[in-house]
Amino acid sequence: MSNYTAIREWADEKTADKTRIVVGLGTCGIAAGGNKILDAVEKTLANNDAIKADVVSVGCIGICYKEPLLDIEIPGKPRLSYGSVTARDTKEILENIFLNNKYEHKKALAVIGDETFEGIPSWKEIPFFAPQERRVLRNCGFIDPEKIEEYIANDGYAGLSRALVEMTPAEVIDETLDAGLRGRGGAGFPAGRKWSIAADNIHTYKEKNPNSDAFGYVICNADEGDPGAFMNRSVLEGDPHSVIEGMTIAGYAIGATYGYIYCRAEYPLAIERLKLAIDQAREKNLLGKNILGTEFSFEIKLKEGAGAFVCGEETALIASIEGLRGMPMPRPPYPAQAGLWEVPTIINNVETLNNIPVILAKGAEVWAEKGTEKSKGTKTFALTGKVENTGLIEVELGMSLREVIYDIGGGIPDGKEFKAAQTGGPSGGCLPASMLDLTIDYEALAKAGSIMGSGGLVIMDTSTCMVDVARYFLTFTQSESCGKCVPCRLGTKRMLEILTRITEGKGKIEDIALLEELAPSIRDSSLCGLGQSAPNPVLTTLKYFREEYEAHILDGHCPAGQCKALITYTIDEVDCTGCTLCAISCPVDAISGAKKELHIIDTDICTRCDTCRQVCNFDAVLIDGNLL
Amino acid sequence: MINLKIDNKKVEVPEGSTVLDAARAANVYIPTLCDDPLLEPFGACRMCIVEIKGHRGLPTSCSTPATEEMEVTTFSPNIEVNRRTTMNLMLSDHPLDCQHCVANMKCDLQYVAGYVGVREQPYEGETRSYEKDRSNPFYVRDLEKCILCGKCVRACDELQGRQAISFGYRGFESKITTPFDLPMWDSTCESCGRCVDVCPTAALYDKSAEKNGLAMEETRTTCPYCGVGCGLILETRNGKIIGVRGDRENSVNEGHTCVKGRYGWEYVQHEDRVKKPLVRRYLLEGGSKPKSKEESDENPLWDWVETSWEEALNITAESLHRIKEENGSDSIGIMTSAKCLNEENYLMNKFARQVVGTNSIDHCARL
Ligand SMILES: Cc1cc2nc3c(=O)[nH]c(=O)nc-3n(C[C@H](O)[C@H](O)[C@H](O)COP(=O)(O)O)c2cc1C
Ligand code: SF4
Ligand code: SF4
Ligand code: SF4
Ligand code: FES
Repeated sequence: MSNYTAIREWADEKTADKTRIVVGLGTCGIAAGGNKILDAVEKTLANNDAIKADVVSVGCIGICYKEPLLDIEIPGKPRLSYGSVTARDTKEILENIFLNNKYEHKKALAVIGDETFEGIPSWKEIPFFAPQERRVLRNCGFIDPEKIEEYIANDGYAGLSRALVEMTPAEVIDETLDAGLRGRGGAGFPAGRKWSIAADNIHTYKEKNPNSDAFGYVICNADEGDPGAFMNRSVLEGDPHSVIEGMTIAGYAIGATYGYIYCRAEYPLAIERLKLAIDQAREKNLLGKNILGTEFSFEIKLKEGAGAFVCGEETALIASIEGLRGMPMPRPPYPAQAGLWEVPTIINNVETLNNIPVILAKGAEVWAEKGTEKSKGTKTFALTGKVENTGLIEVELGMSLREVIYDIGGGIPDGKEFKAAQTGGPSGGCLPASMLDLTIDYEALAKAGSIMGSGGLVIMDTSTCMVDVARYFLTFTQSESCGKCVPCRLGTKRMLEILTRITEGKGKIEDIALLEELAPSIRDSSLCGLGQSAPNPVLTTLKYFREEYEAHILDGHCPAGQCKALITYTIDEVDCTGCTLCAISCPVDAISGAKKELHIIDTDICTRCDTCRQVCNFDAVLIDGNLL
Repeated sequence: MINLKIDNKKVEVPEGSTVLDAARAANVYIPTLCDDPLLEPFGACRMCIVEIKGHRGLPTSCSTPATEEMEVTTFSPNIEVNRRTTMNLMLSDHPLDCQHCVANMKCDLQYVAGYVGVREQPYEGETRSYEKDRSNPFYVRDLEKCILCGKCVRACDELQGRQAISFGYRGFESKITTPFDLPMWDSTCESCGRCVDVCPTAALYDKSAEKNGLAMEETRTTCPYCGVGCGLILETRNGKIIGVRGDRENSVNEGHTCVKGRYGWEYVQHEDRVKKPLVRRYLLEGGSKPKSKEESDENPLWDWVETSWEEALNITAESLHRIKEENGSDSIGIMTSAKCLNEENYLMNKFARQVVGTNSIDHCARL
C-alpha cells in the first residue's frame, strides 16, 4: 500500500457519513455576520440534545450577496443551502430539520450538488450558479479549510502523489505544458514554459554551485493588490491546501527545494489558515523531508507582504522577500534565470498553482477540455459594481461578457443601462456596450485594449462618468507607483492632473492631445507592468468614450451627471409638492420656497452635495434637467 | 567575447557587458542619467532606450545584457519621441534656473536635455517643494533638483557600504531620504561624498561649490592623509583648490575617498600652514634648553625660526648621534605617521633598528 493510499483511507474514514452544519466564514461571511450564525448554531445545539452534527466553518462559495450562508448536510440527503440567514432563522431551520423533519424555509436557497430535493431548487437552476464552472473553487465553501482530511477526501494530494510516484519532473512539466495553463496573475505566460526555463537554469545553477543551500525557489504570489479583487483571498481562505499542493508539485517539477508564499498582510485569515495547512501537510508527510516516502523534500515559508500594490510585481516581490524596498528591477535577468537571492526562481499566482493539482490528478487532456484554443480552463472573477449579483464567480474561458453580466450577474440594477465593464483592475481597460459580446480570453481582451489581469471585473451603469473613472484609477496607480522611473512617477501624475482638470470643468481641448501623447509613451517607456499598464483606463476611455471627454471640455457638461463642477441642480415644476423637506435638509440653505409651493435652488450657493435629491420623495430634484 | 552590431557597426565586447557598454565600445553615444559603470544597472531614467531586433518594446541599454549577434538600433523616431516625452516629464518637475545653479555646465541633466532638444514645457503641473538639507557640514541636499536616478543610493550602498539613504514614499511624493526621514547629519552618513560625486544634477553638491564657479584646471595627485594612496583630482581655479574628487582612473580607489580625502583640503591653502622647516632658536644660535615650561614661555631662545632643510636635518642628525652616545640607543624612540607611504614607514623601521639601534618605534595609527 503506497503512502498516499494510507493517508487517503484515513481521510475517508474521518470524513465518512457525517451530519454537518456548515457556516460560511470567509471574510465575506464574517463581514455579513457569519460569526453570529455560528453562535446561533452552537446555542441551538446546546439546547437540543437530539441534534447531533459536526459544526463546520468553510470559505466563500462565491455567492457573497447571499451571505451569511448556512448549509446542512445529512448522510443520504442532498446538501441544502440557506441564504441571508439571521440568528433567528438559524434556530428555526435547525429545529425544523432535525426535530420536525421539515426542510422548506423561506430562506432556503438551493440544493448544492447533483441531487434534487422536492420544493428547493437545484443550485444549477439559480442564475448566479448555472453558467459557472467550478474548478478553482472546487472546494471553496465545501470543505473545512482547517481540516486536511476534508481536502484529502476530495482528491486532495492525489495529483502530488501521482507526480512524485509515477512521473519524472520532466513529465510533470510536459503535463503542465500540454494542459496549456496560462498564468492567472496577469500576463498569462504559459506556466509550463516558465517551469521548463527554470528547470534548465536550476540544472546549470546546481552544477556551478554544488554547495548552495538552495538550487531553486517556488514563490506563490498571493499579494492580490488590485482594489476590489478577492479571488485569491477566497482560495487561500477556503482551500489553502490546493495552493500548497500546487507549489510542491511545481517544486518537484523544476527541482526546487524551497517555496515562499508572499501573502498580503491585510489577509489575516488567509495567513492563519495557510500556516495551519502547512503544519498539517508537514505532519502528514505531504511537505518536508522525503515527501510520501520519496526522495523529494520541499519546505514552504510564509512571508507577509509589505502593503504595496507594486510588491505584486515579481522583481519587486523578490526584493521585498529579501528585505529590500519593493522596487522593480529591469528584466532580464528574469527570475527564472536569477531570482530570489540570485537563485533561479519561479513565481506563480495563487490561482495558477491551485489549478496544478487538478491537472496532475485528472490529466492534462481532461483539464484542457474547458476553455478556448489559446486560453484553456476556467477563470475566477470578482464581480462587483452595478450588477444585481455581486460575488466571486468562476467561468469557462471564452464566455462572453454579456453572459457574465446578465446571466450570472443578473443585469444592471434599478432599471439602469449597462455602460462599461472594467476588466483587469486599475491597470485594465473600460469596455463599452458595443463589446458586450466579446469573449473573455487573453487574446480578445488584449485586442480590445484591456487585460485579463488577475480577475477584477467592475460593472458600470449609465450614472458613471468615464472621465471620472479614468481619474479614479489614475489616482490609484499614481499613489502606488514606486517612484523609480520617470514615465510612471511623473507621467501618471501629469495625466491625473489633466483628468482632474477636465472633471473640474477646467479642461482645454489640447488636453485630449496631451493625454494621447502621454499615455502611449508611459505605456512604452515605463520599467514595470505598473507603469506600462497604468495608461490603459485612459487609452480605453479615450477610445470608446471620447465624446464624454469632449462634452466635459467643450460643452461644460458631464453626461453622467457626476462631475460636481459641471452639473446644476434644479427642481421640477410639476413634480415638486412643496413639502419643504429639501429646504430643511440642505446644509447650506440654498433652497427656498413656501410650503406647498414650488421650491427653487440657488445654484450659486448650491455645493452639489446631492442631499436634496436623496431626500426628495417625489423625484423632483433634477441634475442638468434630468432625473438620474 | 560577444560579437554584436550597434547601428550596423560591428563591435566585440567581453562577456557580462551590457548593450550600453557595447555602444560605448563602438563609440556610439547613448544618453544616460542613472547609469554609472561602477554601479549595478537600475533602469530608472529611461533615457538609454534602444530597439533590439527580436525584442519587444524599447529595452534600456544600460540593463540589457549584450548577446551574440544582437542587432541594436540607437536612433529611431519611436526612440526619439519616447525619450523626449520622458525628458519633458522630468523637466516638468525640475526648477529651470540653470544659470544660477551650482551644477551649471557640469550637469548631466542639462547635457542630456540639450541632446534631446527640448524646446517647450507641455506638461505643466504641481512641482515638489522641499527645504534644502544643509545639516551636513560638507554638502547640501536639494531634493527639488533630484531626478530620483538612485545613483546616490546605490553609491552609498554598493561603494561605501553605508546604506545611509534610500528611496522613501511612493508616487509623486517619492524622494531620497534617510531612515525616519531625519536630516542627513542625524543619519549614519559618513560624509564620504560619494553620493555627491555621482549625482547627475545639483540635488547633491559640495558646500564649497556655492562660493565658486567652474574649476579651470584639474590636477591628478595622491591623497596625503594615509598610506592607502588614493588618487585624487584637485579642482583648482586661479591656482586655488575649490574642490576635490576621487580619481576614477586610479586603480587604488576607483574614485572613492573618505571624508578627509574629499573634504579635508582647506589646510592646504590655510595661512597657518607650515611650509618650511622650523627649529628652536637655541639650536641655531647656541645656548641651553629652558628647564621648565614657565621659563620657556618668555625665553626668546625657545621661539621657532625658519631654516633650510639641510640645516634642520643636520641638527636632527647631530642630536641623535649625541643622545645615542651619551645615553645609549634605547634612549631614543621613533614615531612615524599614517600620512607616510608604506615605503617611508618601512624605511623608518630600518632606520630605527639598524641605524639608531632601537626597537622603540611606533605609529600614530596605533594611538
Ligand atoms: C504592479 C503589478 C502588480 C502585480 N500584482 C500581482 C498580484 O497581486 N498577484 C499576482 O499573482 N500577480 C501580480 N502581478 C503579476 C506578477 O508580476 C507575475 O507576473 C505573476 O505573479 C506571475 O504568475 P503567473 O504566471 O502564475 O500569472 C503584478 C504585476 C504588476 C506589474
Ligand atoms: S513603472 Fe512605476 S512602479 Fe514600475 S518601476 Fe517604474 S515607477 Fe516603479
Ligand atoms: S556621503 Fe557617503 S556615507 Fe554619506 S550618504 Fe553620501 S555616500 Fe553615503
Ligand atoms: S540626489 Fe542626485 S544622485 Fe541621488 S537620486 Fe537625486 S539626482 Fe540621483
Ligand atoms: S541609463 Fe538606462 S535607464 Fe537610466
